[in-house]
Order: sequence, then structure tokens, then C-alpha cells
Amino acid sequence: MKLIFEKGAPGQHLTLMPACDVPEVALSQSRTEPLELPHVSETELTRHYTALAKRVHGVNDGFYPLGSCTMKYNPKINEDMAALPGFSQIHPLQPVETVQGCLEVYAEAEKLLCEITGMDGMTFQPAAGAHGEFTGLLLIKAYHTHRNDTARTKIIVPDSAHGTNPASAVMAGYTVVNIPSGKDGCVDVEALRAAVGPDTAGLMLTNPNTVGIFDKNILEITKIVHEAGGLCYYDGANLNAVMGIVRPGDMGFDVIHLNLHKTFSTPHGGGGPGAGSVGCKEILKPFLPGPVVAEKDGGWQLVQPEHSIGRVKNFYGNFAVVVRALTYILTIGREGIPEAAQNAVLNANYMMKKLSEKYTMAYESPCMHEFVMTLQDLHDETGVSAMDIAKGLLDHGIHPPTMYFPLIVHEALMIEPTETESQETMDEVCDVFLELWDLAHTGPQILHNAPTKTPVRRLDEVGAARNPVLKYTKA
Amino acid sequence: MGTYVPNTQAQKDAMLSVIGVKSVQDFYAGVPQEMLVDSLALPEGLSELEVRQKVTAMSSRNRVYGTVLRGAGAYRHFIPAAVKSVVSREELVTAYTPYQAEISQGILQSIFEYQTMICALTGMEVSNASVYDGATAAAEALAMCRDRKRSRAYVSACTDPQVIETMRTYCFGSGMALEVLPEKDGRTDLESLKSIAADTACVYIQQPNYYGNMEDAKAIGEAVHAAGAKYIMGCNPIALAVMETPAACGADVAVGEAQPLGLDIAFGGPYLGYMAATKAMFRKLPGRIVGQTHDVDGNTGYVLTLTAREQHIRREKASSNICSNQALCAFTAGVYMTAMGAEGLRQAAVLSMSKAHYFAGELKKTGLKRVHDGEYFHEFVTECTDAEKVLRALDAQNILGGLPLGDNKILWCVTELVSKNEIDRAVSVIKEAC
Repeated sequence: MKLIFEKGAPGQHLTLMPACDVPEVALSQSRTEPLELPHVSETELTRHYTALAKRVHGVNDGFYPLGSCTMKYNPKINEDMAALPGFSQIHPLQPVETVQGCLEVYAEAEKLLCEITGMDGMTFQPAAGAHGEFTGLLLIKAYHTHRNDTARTKIIVPDSAHGTNPASAVMAGYTVVNIPSGKDGCVDVEALRAAVGPDTAGLMLTNPNTVGIFDKNILEITKIVHEAGGLCYYDGANLNAVMGIVRPGDMGFDVIHLNLHKTFSTPHGGGGPGAGSVGCKEILKPFLPGPVVAEKDGGWQLVQPEHSIGRVKNFYGNFAVVVRALTYILTIGREGIPEAAQNAVLNANYMMKKLSEKYTMAYESPCMHEFVMTLQDLHDETGVSAMDIAKGLLDHGIHPPTMYFPLIVHEALMIEPTETESQETMDEVCDVFLELWDLAHTGPQILHNAPTKTPVRRLDEVGAARNPVLKYTKA
Repeated sequence: MGTYVPNTQAQKDAMLSVIGVKSVQDFYAGVPQEMLVDSLALPEGLSELEVRQKVTAMSSRNRVYGTVLRGAGAYRHFIPAAVKSVVSREELVTAYTPYQAEISQGILQSIFEYQTMICALTGMEVSNASVYDGATAAAEALAMCRDRKRSRAYVSACTDPQVIETMRTYCFGSGMALEVLPEKDGRTDLESLKSIAADTACVYIQQPNYYGNMEDAKAIGEAVHAAGAKYIMGCNPIALAVMETPAACGADVAVGEAQPLGLDIAFGGPYLGYMAATKAMFRKLPGRIVGQTHDVDGNTGYVLTLTAREQHIRREKASSNICSNQALCAFTAGVYMTAMGAEGLRQAAVLSMSKAHYFAGELKKTGLKRVHDGEYFHEFVTECTDAEKVLRALDAQNILGGLPLGDNKILWCVTELVSKNEIDRAVSVIKEAC
């Protein structure tokens, strides 16, 4: 498909700006190089972007079981609420008495999300999960620094963790201590005990973990870290399995980030914007990024926490994303939160059961909201890899599961159906998975060649990295 | 209560029996039972109609001003209808990061086009796929310039204070030293650049600066390079249509808040951080980058590339932890720049700047004089005897005045959205108040 720069012709344009009704002024040092932007009519513009949209598979195009990403349905009412002029047309630096509704959104979302997570305070500044991790780790750092406990320089991370965990720890100035997982994918408690000490600042963990198993030793794990003087960070990527059932705060976690774009139904937008809100216990509240919303004299105010780590972003966060998440929580409410979790887990176990007819599971059942298959034996037997199966799914209009993650499982496919998929859809999808397993034995070459029905076929990623072409250059 | 779970109880029971368990509680047998929550203290769920009423009522407790004369990091510009329409396509809205390139060509190509447009706007050679906002882009830019021998950064005092605060927080994490270059008459004090430390990694300035003033960006760049440091410019993307590009000023990294490119002010977010660099620096760019390649049949296609910099490959050795970015906002900016074209963007810049100058001239007649001399773009600072009174009088007429900076100073902003009539009306309100 042509690039927008290759369409239209110089002189084609939309008519958008009026004539200047005041005397025109210009800079003395003005731009000298020509500005090469597209020149198209409105017809061409809308056709181009519509064509691009058609070359994208979203949740509304079909099944999207991308493990650890919680691709649940994004309710339409959320979009309507975020677009209300009373939200979209509000300047972030308006007088506080004119933004009481926006502050109420933040205050209400904080109250509800603290209840769901068992936390005491929250910041909405972080724009994504990784940004939340960074913020949470800075809270831990500020806490230790404030107590003059400066020897704590290490963050413990299990080897099954998402790559952002160690990367965030380094950005916060910490050294990373990787600890191995046990055979069941859970934290090796003895390895943890051996790893903690006076240099431990904290532990980063997700529970259920990245292989979809609830770590039953969780209370002992958080206790070991606390007794060593460290704090416990909860990566909320997998909260969808347990919200309303069990709370990270009750597991012993001190600080947590939520991915509102996963658990709380806000759309991913092809990679963002998300929201990585950070909740914390009372002991960390004085360090939260400021400003935060507080009630005063029957109204809402913006106040600076006493020992704030400072800002992690301009203004207050991805506000319109928080409006969507709040709308979702208000819609499904007290009963709907655990109902969503239970059905996410039910759906995952249902698919796990059906697929274990042929596929090898990396871990025993039951799973939580997702499960990991290992295609190592299929690969050994037929030469068909996890990648080949994933590409085969594309020809059936199914978004593949997360591939080759977690790193501790060979030929991994990680499946997370979410609660918003029906039995009917999952039955159809399972049939395709099972067909592809058969095809791996009868016609492996077909899978090596897949996909064939997509707008493009397998792309040369090695060549792209070796000879980077990162922008269009006029021929 | 509302629900998005499609399965009926009968279907759930059928699924449970396939799995071979009695109830969903059985899945949670591994959870320490003393931890299980009885019931959350949350309100009961609501119907869609009730939710609509409740949330709309919240939005009505905000005030939408008829005229906005305030910027300071969030700018209300005209957004063409085609932009809103195109970016609401649900394929784009509901997709994840384009990990499966074959079914994500629309997103990948749009990012490639966005990268090209950011390079065109800034004159830089390489752009990434976006970061969270202008403040985090600035903070990430400091980290890009750090090396073993140079770990100190300077930021001009004439930078948006929220950007400086964000840099400070990032530096608290990374251990980079951050110092502020003093201001002189509303601009970065050029003299102060002569005495920067030998371990300086980079110097950051904003153009136009926080007060709306144009910096002598070329001269600053020369001084920075003479000290062996990298030069980072944070630029307003609308102003780039008419001002000297960061590339022409010698910048090694150009970043900025791209919210003015078609995004609502939306109480501060989501916005869009753009980041672009010279070819020499591009492997240090954080986050996603899209590259052009071809498929097995030789057809052109696009992929996420140079991933060896990123957290999912490098883990603790990654250049940044960024994973999700602001893809849909970058898409929006791309559609906006396409709709505007070079001429439309230039007109938006000229209209904003000209109206700001007209407004400043009229204000001067009422006694509100500019605090600084020299060139400015679409923002400027005035002083008067009672700023509060001025702003209150405007407020009473449904006009959001400039941002009070203390000491009776006000930072004003005018964009193309404000008509001459609105300016004249604001001036007459101020005249009466003073």
C-alpha cells in the first residue's frame, strides 16, 4: 500500500484556516527548509486512513488471546464518556473551582481502585505500566532514603518477570538480583530467603505470576522481604484473575501499579495511551508524585504530598483513560468485579482443558486467567514452531497468543481469553488450534509458509534491523 | 448491574463440567483462604443509562470556557473534523501494540508515516514512535546523552516548570546530576553556558521558551557543543512550521509536547511526547521504532525494529523501560499533519502568532505591558498592578485568562481558535477592570 506521501499532488489540500484578521507578523529567524508534509484532498485522506484501519486486527475484529495483555472488550459507553466536552475541553491549569468534576473523577477512581487493591492512596500520573513500575520503585527508594537507610541498593526480580521489571529497577537506580523460579513457575522461597539482606530495597512480583499460577506462598514471600527490611511491589498486569477475590494489599504488598488499559477495559490504541496508576499503603503516601486530589471544605483541591518524589509526567495523568476506567467500574460494580475475574479464569481453564487434548501444557491445571503451552515436543517432532502455529492462526482471523514468553518456557504460547469471550467463540478457536496441531503433522510446510491471507506475509525483520529505513525519502 | 460477560449460567455450567470442576471457586483453591474477600465496599453496578447520567453530571461540574487565553503547556487548537472521524475507527482504537506485523500493517505504516512527519517538522534524521508526553520525552532525552564520563545535565530556567520537575524525578532515579541555567530577561543566560562543568552530558532548552520568548537557539547550541556536550531542544510543534528547526540550530536531540497536533486539552492527557535525533544518536532513542522492510514475496511492509535496545530483549540493560507508548495519539498527530499539510500548519502558526501580537499590542494600551523584550511566538508575559482582578473580570465573562505567574505577572496564549472579536472583547473587559 502506498504511503500518504506518495498520494495526492502538490496543491491538493483541505480548507481549514480562515484568512488572518489581524496584521500578520513573522519571525526574524524563520524556517528556511521546506516543510515536506503530505498534500492530499479530504477524500484521499479519509480513504488512506480507512485503508490503514482495515489492515489492523483489533479486539472488535476477532479473538485476541494475547497473554498478559488482557485484551477484553472495550465498552462503547466508556468512549462516549471520555469524549464529553465537560472533560475533553478542560484546560489542565484552570482554576481549581472550575475543575471540580475532573477532580471528582480522580477522587472517585482512587477510592474504588484502593478498595479493589487494598491500598490507601493512589497517583494517576503514570501513563503506562512500565511508567507505573518506575514510579512505584521511586516511592520505595524515597522511603528508604527518608529513613537514611541508604545501603538498600538491590531489587529482587524473579526470572519469569516481564522485561520492564528489571529495566524499571535500573532506571530507578537499583541493581537487579534475578532469582530462579521453582518447577511450578512460582517463587523459589529458599532462593528468595538466600537473596534478601540488608541491601534489599524490595521485591517485584506479579501474582498470579506470568505463567498463570497463583503463588500460594505469597504471605511467606512478602514476610521474608519485610523481615529483611525491604518493601514489596505488585505488578498489576495479572490483576484480572483475582480482582474482587483477593487483594494485593492483603497479600502483603506495599505498592502496586494497575494497567487500566488491561484490567479496567480501556482500549490499547495500537500500543497506547494506557494508564499505569500506582497505589500504595499508608507508609508510602507521603512520597507520592504530586499533586494529588484531596477533599477540603466540601470541595476538591490539588495538594502536594509532604515528601513527594516529584512529578513523573506533566499535569495529572492520562485523564481521559481514567474516565473510561471509572465508567467501567461504575457499570459492573461490586458484583461485576469478581464476576469478571471468575469468568476470565473459567474461560482460561476451559480453553486449557480443550487444548490439552493435543497440546502440552507447561504447567498443571488449574490456571488462573491465562496459561502457557510449550510447543517444544511438537517442534521436535514436526519442525513446526510456536511461531509457525501463531502465523497459522493469522490465516484464520485469530490474533495469536503471546509468543516466546515467559522466557523460562521453551516454544511458549501464552493464552489469555479474558471474560468477554463467549463459549461459542472459544469452541471455534479451539477447533482451529487443534486443526493446526494436526496440520503440523500432515502438512508442516503449509505452516512454515503461513500466513498467506494477510495483507503482507512474513516480514524480513533481520533485514529491517540491519539496514534501518525509518522514514520515507522522496525518490 | 452492567456486565460484559457473555456466557449464560447454563453455558458456564457446561464449561465447568467439561473442565471437571464443580464451581469457579475451585480454581482459587490455591489461594490462602483467609485472604479471600467477602464483598468489596463498592457501589452496586448500574445500567448504561444510569452510568451515563452519573458521569455526565460529573463532567457538568467542570466549566468549559467560551474563550481560552491560557496555554503554558496545553494548547487549544482547531481540530479538523476528518481527524476525529478517522481516529475513532475501532480497529485502531482496540488493537494492542503491533507485535504481529502481518495483521498490524495499518498501525505500523501509520507510525512510519508519523516518524517521517516528525523528521520533516524538526529536520532531524530519526524519530521514535512516541513516548508519554513532552515532559517524559525531555527526561528520556537527558538519559540518552549520558555516558560513563558525562552524567550531568543542565536545563534552562526558561523551561516549563513541570518539565524541569519531571527531569528532577527521573534524575533522582538514575543518579544523573541536574542543574538549572539561570534566566536573564526572559531568556536563557548565554553567559552562564561558559562555565558549565566538564562532565556535562547535555543542555536542554525550550523553544519558544516557557514565557513564549524565542531563544537564540543557534548561539546556545554552539556554546553547548564547544563544551563537548549534547544539545537538546524542546520545541512546540506548531511553531516548528515557521521557526528555525532544531536541526538547523545544531540540536542532537529534538523533543516536545505534540498535544497541539490534533489532541484535545482533556485536563492534561493523554498527550504525546515526540522524540527525534541525529543519525549519530538514533540507537540511543528509547521506545518503539518502526522500520520498512519486505515480506517473503517482496512486498513492502513495516515492522517494529531495532528492538535490541528495548526492555523485552535487554531487560536490565535496556536504554529505557518504556513499553506501551501513545500510539493512538501519534496516529492522531499524523492524521492532523496530513489534514493541515505544510500550508495549513504554517497558517495555524502565523494566525496564532499574529493574534498573540495583536493582543499584546492592545493590552499595552490598557496598561498591561510585556515584561520581556524581543521576539516571541504565541505566548507572552505581562505585568500590571492587580493580576487577580484582571483574571476575575475575564472569568466573569466566561473567558479563561492567562496563567498567573505570581508578582502580578500573567502568561498569555493566543491560538488561531481565538477570533479578533474575542480578543477585542477581552481587552475591553480588562480595560474596565483596570
